[in-house]
Amino acid sequence: MNEHTGQRWVYSPIVKDHFFHPRNLLLDEPTPEMEAQFDARGTVGSPACGDVMDIWIKVDKETERITDLKWKTFGCGSAIAATSMFSVMITEDGGLRVDDALKIKPQDIMVRLGGLPNRKIHCSVLADKAFRKAVNTYFHATEQHQRVQVEGKRVIDPATNTTDHDIEEAVLEGATTLEEVQKKLKVGVGASAEVRQQVEELIRFYAEKYYGN
Amino acid sequence: MDPRVLAAMTPYFTTIYGNPGGLYDAGREALYAVTQARTTIATIFGCNPGNIIFTGSGTESDNMAVFGIARQYAAKGKHLISLAIEHHAVLHPLEALEKEGFETTYVAVDETGRVSVESVMAALREDTTLVTIMYANNEIGTINPIGEIGNAITKWKKEHGRGPTEPPFLHTDACQAAGALEMNVDKLHVDLMTINGSKIYGPKGVGALFIRKGVSIKPIVMGGGQEFRKRAGTENVAYIVGLATAIANMQAEKDAENARLLELRDWFIKELHARMPKIVLNGHPTERLPNNINVSILDIEGEALILYLDEYGISMSTGSACTSESLDPSHVITGIGRPYEYAHSSMRFTLGKTTTREDLEYVLTVLVPTVAFLRQVSPVRIAMGDEKSVSMASAFVEDGLPHFVTKK
Repeated sequence: MNEHTGQRWVYSPIVKDHFFHPRNLLLDEPTPEMEAQFDARGTVGSPACGDVMDIWIKVDKETERITDLKWKTFGCGSAIAATSMFSVMITEDGGLRVDDALKIKPQDIMVRLGGLPNRKIHCSVLADKAFRKAVNTYFHATEQHQRVQVEGKRVIDPATNTTDHDIEEAVLEGATTLEEVQKKLKVGVGASAEVRQQVEELIRFYAEKYYGN
Repeated sequence: MDPRVLAAMTPYFTTIYGNPGGLYDAGREALYAVTQARTTIATIFGCNPGNIIFTGSGTESDNMAVFGIARQYAAKGKHLISLAIEHHAVLHPLEALEKEGFETTYVAVDETGRVSVESVMAALREDTTLVTIMYANNEIGTINPIGEIGNAITKWKKEHGRGPTEPPFLHTDACQAAGALEMNVDKLHVDLMTINGSKIYGPKGVGALFIRKGVSIKPIVMGGGQEFRKRAGTENVAYIVGLATAIANMQAEKDAENARLLELRDWFIKELHARMPKIVLNGHPTERLPNNINVSILDIEGEALILYLDEYGISMSTGSACTSESLDPSHVITGIGRPYEYAHSSMRFTLGKTTTREDLEYVLTVLVPTVAFLRQVSPVRIAMGDEKSVSMASAFVEDGLPHFVTKK
């Protein structure tokens, strides 16, 4: 409840907490000195679309644990909260191992946040994407090219770094048309006809798989 | 809502509950109240009471004007003129009519959101039946020169041998203007004009449409013979009384209130610029509603700022995509040539009757540090004066355009 207006908040108390007290936020401007302390950076989204996620990660080479993650976000309340929660999930208890961190799905962030309004899901989807991009950069930098794009995921739309798995998840969440999937993922928006066609084929494939007769 | 409005409305929920269509005593009393309300509004508009039609909302009045004129005069022409930054209550009917074979010209506005008489007249054609242009914009408060446009159309009609009851007709959505601006329909030279209750401390869910004598419309709500057979449905007596009371109060008090609000508005805009960097005013600096302030606070997203300020009891709205049901950024902010980045960052502060200088001081003391913090959170750094280069394809990741661009 808002103490001044008595109105119910649109988001869960956990979302609110992370929104007002973001964790692991990079407060200062990124500098070369600061970036040198991290192993990789991942950025997705664009200010014109209304969401930008910027993530820096530090990886312990021995244990492969993510020992530090800093972020900046341009976006709405749930985008800020989701990125904050994601940073906690990655770094808590000494940090997740890279492979385990990559398994965190948008739904996992949502669960930890106590839910998000449906139309806000795309925000948290971007947090894990920026992270994945950072990890891929890390793999390239450490000459582990074979580990880039793990678990057979196929990047369908390079502009948003969306994979076939993301589309599968969107369909599982109930989106069955290109427009609905785009609301969640912003995938294939303004992309080439080829990309859009691929996205649509995947939606049909998964929709039939999960909802077909 | 103004307590005086509520007081005027209350008897019509309780003691005077009759249907104005009924011949019994309570019905006659209700009918009298509706007639009085009609006369009150007609006096403000400078027209006959018979030219005022009560409706269920400003949206319905706009729909009625656009569909009503276009369909009634379709034999004379199927060309309509409007603005891309009109309210959706006008834009969506126009889109629907386009599917029925009508053609709309959306006249360009300048970067303040104002349309010029010349550009409207340049769009006018022999087959134009309706020109619909908002009096003042609901998001950025820019006031259009309706009187001059009306005057030019009247002249054009004379030169083309057309009488006042022949098309083209001028409609204006005056919902935002009703409490603050000149509403005389002869001074404005309008043929149709929309007002509603919610922007003038009146009840929500009631509107009215002025239709000039001799101008006919095809009704969109059909049934009984109410409202001179132009809008069927039992009259919403209490709300009609509320609407009339509200506009009468606002018009009677507007000079003093406008002067007070203008001073507050201009002071607040000056302070926003003085206390924070990268603030861009959306709309016209002077031809602007006294209660409207709309700025883009660059590098932050509007919804996040709203949530923070809401926590301090400050309510405002944004043109950001995040808060709209459609997830589209404001068509008004983008319609005045601002890039998407500016729309996502746009904030509207609306001043009210009870807003004081102290209130605005309080807003500033909360706003300034909150903006500074959210700018720290944000990785985005948009260059000032760079309106043209952002939002181009290069602003989007690998040329991917957002959903609100491609779906059109």
